[in-house]
Amino acid sequence: MTFLPKPKVRHPSLPKNALGLTRRDYEGGLSTLCAGCGHDSITAAIIEASWGLDVEPQNMVKLSGIGCSSKTTAYFVSGGHGFNSVHGRMPSIAMGANAANRNLMYIGVSGDGDTLSIGLGQFCHAIRRNLNMAYIIENNGVYGLTKGQFSASADLGTKAKKGEVNQQPPIDPVLLALTLGATFVARSFSGDKEQLVPLIQAALRHKGFALIDVLSPCVTFNDHEGSTKSYQYTREHYDAAVHADFVPFQREISAKYAEGDALPVVLHDGSRILLRKIDSTYDPTDRAKATTAIGERLKKGEFLTGLLYVDTTGKDFHDVNETPAIPLNQIPHNRLSPGSAALAKVLARYR
Amino acid sequence: MTDLVNNFAIKIATVNGTGSASANSLLMKSIFRAGIPVMGKNYFPSNIQGLPTWYEIRVTKDSYVARSGNIDVMVAMNAETYARDVREVTSGGYLIFDNTWPRPALLARDDITVLGVPLARLCNENFNGVRTRILMKNICYTGVLAALLDLDIAKIRELLAETYAKKPALVDSNMKAIELGYNYTRENFKCPLPVHVAPLPGGGKTKGHILIDGNTAAGLGCVFAGATVAAWYPITPSTSVMDAFKGFADKLRVDPDSGKKNFAFIQAEDELAAIGMVLGANWNGARAFTATSGPGLSLMNEFLGLAYYAEVPAVLFDIQRVGPSTGMPTRTQQCDILEGAYASHGDTKHVCLFPRDPEECFYFARDAFDLAERLQTPIMVMSDLDIGMNDWMCPDLKWDDNYVPDRGKVLDKEAIEKLEKFHRYLDVDGDGIPYRTLPGVHPKGAYFTRGSGHTQYGAYTEDSAEYQIVLDRLTRKFHTAKRFVPKPVIEQDAHIDIAVVAYGSSDGAVREALDILAAHGVKTNYMRLRSFPFGEEVEKFLESQKLVFVIEQNRDGQMRSLLTLETRVEKAKLRSLLHYSGLPISSEFIVKGVLAEIEPKARKAEVKGVA
Repeated sequence: MTFLPKPKVRHPSLPKNALGLTRRDYEGGLSTLCAGCGHDSITAAIIEASWGLDVEPQNMVKLSGIGCSSKTTAYFVSGGHGFNSVHGRMPSIAMGANAANRNLMYIGVSGDGDTLSIGLGQFCHAIRRNLNMAYIIENNGVYGLTKGQFSASADLGTKAKKGEVNQQPPIDPVLLALTLGATFVARSFSGDKEQLVPLIQAALRHKGFALIDVLSPCVTFNDHEGSTKSYQYTREHYDAAVHADFVPFQREISAKYAEGDALPVVLHDGSRILLRKIDSTYDPTDRAKATTAIGERLKKGEFLTGLLYVDTTGKDFHDVNETPAIPLNQIPHNRLSPGSAALAKVLARYR
Repeated sequence: MTDLVNNFAIKIATVNGTGSASANSLLMKSIFRAGIPVMGKNYFPSNIQGLPTWYEIRVTKDSYVARSGNIDVMVAMNAETYARDVREVTSGGYLIFDNTWPRPALLARDDITVLGVPLARLCNENFNGVRTRILMKNICYTGVLAALLDLDIAKIRELLAETYAKKPALVDSNMKAIELGYNYTRENFKCPLPVHVAPLPGGGKTKGHILIDGNTAAGLGCVFAGATVAAWYPITPSTSVMDAFKGFADKLRVDPDSGKKNFAFIQAEDELAAIGMVLGANWNGARAFTATSGPGLSLMNEFLGLAYYAEVPAVLFDIQRVGPSTGMPTRTQQCDILEGAYASHGDTKHVCLFPRDPEECFYFARDAFDLAERLQTPIMVMSDLDIGMNDWMCPDLKWDDNYVPDRGKVLDKEAIEKLEKFHRYLDVDGDGIPYRTLPGVHPKGAYFTRGSGHTQYGAYTEDSAEYQIVLDRLTRKFHTAKRFVPKPVIEQDAHIDIAVVAYGSSDGAVREALDILAAHGVKTNYMRLRSFPFGEEVEKFLESQKLVFVIEQNRDGQMRSLLTLETRVEKAKLRSLLHYSGLPISSEFIVKGVLAEIEPKARKAEVKGVA
C-alpha cells in the first residue's frame, strides 16, 4: 500500500503559518517505505518547506514517475493534486500541466532510475525548456522495488548487496544539468535537513527548472560496506560548498543576515536566496567553474553540496512561448474560438 | 471512353523537389474555379529531392471524390519512370512527353495518342540558370495542358497573382513559361482534345465548396474547438496538422492588446513525451491534443493505457500511413484500427472516430474534444495520409457561434465546497462516468491520479474486489460512449440483403462503386462506420444482412476483426475486400471485388473497364 490516511490530530499549540495552517496540514498519507529510508526525511523536508513558504495546499501540484521515490508524493500536502505517472515520464506530464496553468506550483519527485535511466530523455528536455518546476531526485544508486539492481547513478567500483561490483561509469545529474543549461542546480543529503529545507524553498520559488539531487541512502539494498551511497559513506564524503538560506519576499525585514555575510540572489517573485560560501573559492554563478569544481571533487569520490549553480535571468517555457499571464485553462471559450466570421475569411484561401 | 468533357483523369509524373507541386496546384485550382469538381492525389516519395513523384487530378462532373482507376492523360516528365507511366494510360488516352530528346522505342503504344512537346528546349532557350530552367519546365507543362484541356489562361494568371502576391516578378516569369507551352501546343496540335474542361456557369458545382486537405481542416478544427495546448513530435504524414494549428493560431489566437499567445505549442522530444504533455494539460483542465502516425502511436501506447485507467481526457489524431514498422511513410493505409481500438497493455479500449474527408476532420476535431472531456478518456481521430495530405473538395466549413464546449463532469469550487468528501472514481450517476476536479481549485477536491490499482474512492488498492469495481465501471463507461459517438451513416433498402461496410477515406470510392454496381444491376446497402465502440445501429444493420463486404485499406481486415470481436455478427457473412498497396483505394477495385464474389464469370468480362 502506498497510501494510508494519517489520523488528523491537532494540538492547539502547534505553530501556524501566515495562512493559519500547521505543519500537519502539509502532511499526506502514511509512508509505506522501509523504516529509516532517506526518502522519508526528504518528505519531511518538503512538508517543512511548504509550510514555511505559506503555500496554499491546493496550489501545489505533485508529480512523480514510478519507483520508491515516486510513491512519496502521496506522503505530503494531501490538499494538492498528485499525479503518479508512468516510469520515467513525469517531466512530460509536468510540462503539459504547467502549460495549462502556469500559476500553480509544480514539484516533481523522482528517483535515479526514473530520472537517469528510463527517463533520461525527458529529464534532459525539461531542463532545456527551463520548465518552471522543482525537481527532486531521491538518489540512492539502486533499484529498490525490484530489489537491488544498480541504477545509472551507481558509482564505479561500488558494491551491490550481493557482492557485485559496478563497472559502468555513473551519470551525475548535477553535471548533466549544468551541461544542459539548467538555471538552478543543487545537491543535498537526506540526512541534512538544515541544508535541504531552504534549498527546497528556493527551488519552489525559482522561476524555471530547479534541480535538487538529494543523496538518499536505501537502508534495505544500498546501506552496506562497500557501497558509495550508504549513510556512512555519504556522511564522510559530502562537503557543503555553498549554503543557501531562503528569505521569502514578505519576511525580508526579519532577515537576520548582515550585508557582506552572504551573496543575495533575488528571485523572480522578490524573495531572495542568501548564499553563504563555505568554500571561498567556489562560485555558484559561474557555470563553467562550478562544473569543473564539482567534477574534480567527484573524481575523488566526494560530493559538493548546496546550491551549486543559480541563474535567475533564464527564460522559462512561458516566456519563450509568449503565453499570457492568465492560465490557458482559464481563458473563456469565446476568446479562444475565432467564430464563424473569422472562419469564412479563412476559407477564402481555399477556393 | 464515352463523355470525356469534365470527366477524366490526368496523371503527372515528375521528380520531387522540382517545383511540380505548385504547377499541379495551379492546374487543380483553375479547374475548380471553372466550377468543375476535382480530386487531387499526390503520390510522393519519403525524400526531399530527386525521386519519382506523381500527381493525379481527376476532373469529375459527378463529384466523385476517389480515384477511378483510369488515367486519360499522362504527362510523363520523368525519364526514369517513362516505361511504367506509358503502360498506365487507359486505352484511347493521351501521353504528353518532353521530346527534346528522342523517345525510346519501348514506349510505343498503338492505342494511345502520343504528343511530344520540347519543354526542355523551350525553357533552355528562354530562361537562364539550371535551377530556373528545371522549375520552369514544370510550369511549362501547365501551359501545354491549359491548351489541350481548354483552360482559361487569364484565370491562371489570376491564380498566379494570388499565389505570388508578394513576389510579382515571379508572376511574369511563371506566366512566360506557361505561355511558351500554351502557344507551342496551340500551334502544333489540334486543341482542345476531346478530353477537356468546359467551364460551368454561375460557379458550377464548386460553388460553396473549398479545396482543402484533412490535416489543415483538423488543425483548424482544433483552433475553433478551443484547444490551447498542442504537443507533438514531427512524423510524416501528421506534421501538417500541427503546422496548420500553429499557422491559424498565430493569426487567430493572439491577444490583440498584449500580443500574447492564447495557446502553447510544444515540440516534444519524442511521441512518448508528446502524449505525456497532452495528458498533463488535459488533466489540468486545458483542451490539449497531439497528432501522430503509426510509429508514434506505438510509442504512445503506455501513456494511453494510463489515460484510459486514470481517466484523463486526450485528443489524438492518427494520420495513418503504410506499416508495419517504418513501412512506406508517404503512402496511405487504414492499418492502425486495432492498434487504436486496443492501445496499451491490460484490458483497454479506446474511442475511435473515422473521418471520411477533411470536412469530417474539422467537425470531428470539435467532437473529439467534447467526447474526451465528457467521457474522460483518450479519443483517437483515425484519419489517414490520403485524407490528411491531399486536397479534397468539401462543402464550406461552418461554425456555430453558439457552440458551448462540453467540459464534462468537472466540479467547480462551489460544488466541491458542498461535498462532504470527494470520491474521484465513484459512479454517482450510473452512467459509468465519475466526477473529476482540477488542481488549484479546492484542497477538498485534491486526489491522487495513478496508473496503479485504485478504489472507486481514488485510493491505492491491491484488493481484488475494489480493483474490479473500478474495472467494471470502466466497461459501463465504454457502453455509455456508444450513446455519444458519431452514428454510422446507413443507406438501406429493406428488400436488399447484401451490404458494403466501409469507413474513413474509402467512402468516396465506395459511393462511386455503388453507383457503377447499381448501373449493372447489382444493388447493395451501405453502412459507413464513423466510430468505435459500435452502437446498436451497427448491430442491427449487420444482423439484417446476409452478405457484407467489409472494405478496408489494410492487409488483415482489421475492421472486420473488430466487428467480429465487438458485435454479435456472424463472422462468416463478413467478406473482406482489402486494398493495401499504399495508393488510395479506387472505385474500380471495389466494383471488381464485389462482382468477383457475387456475379457469374461471364458477367465479369462484360463489365470490365466500366469503372
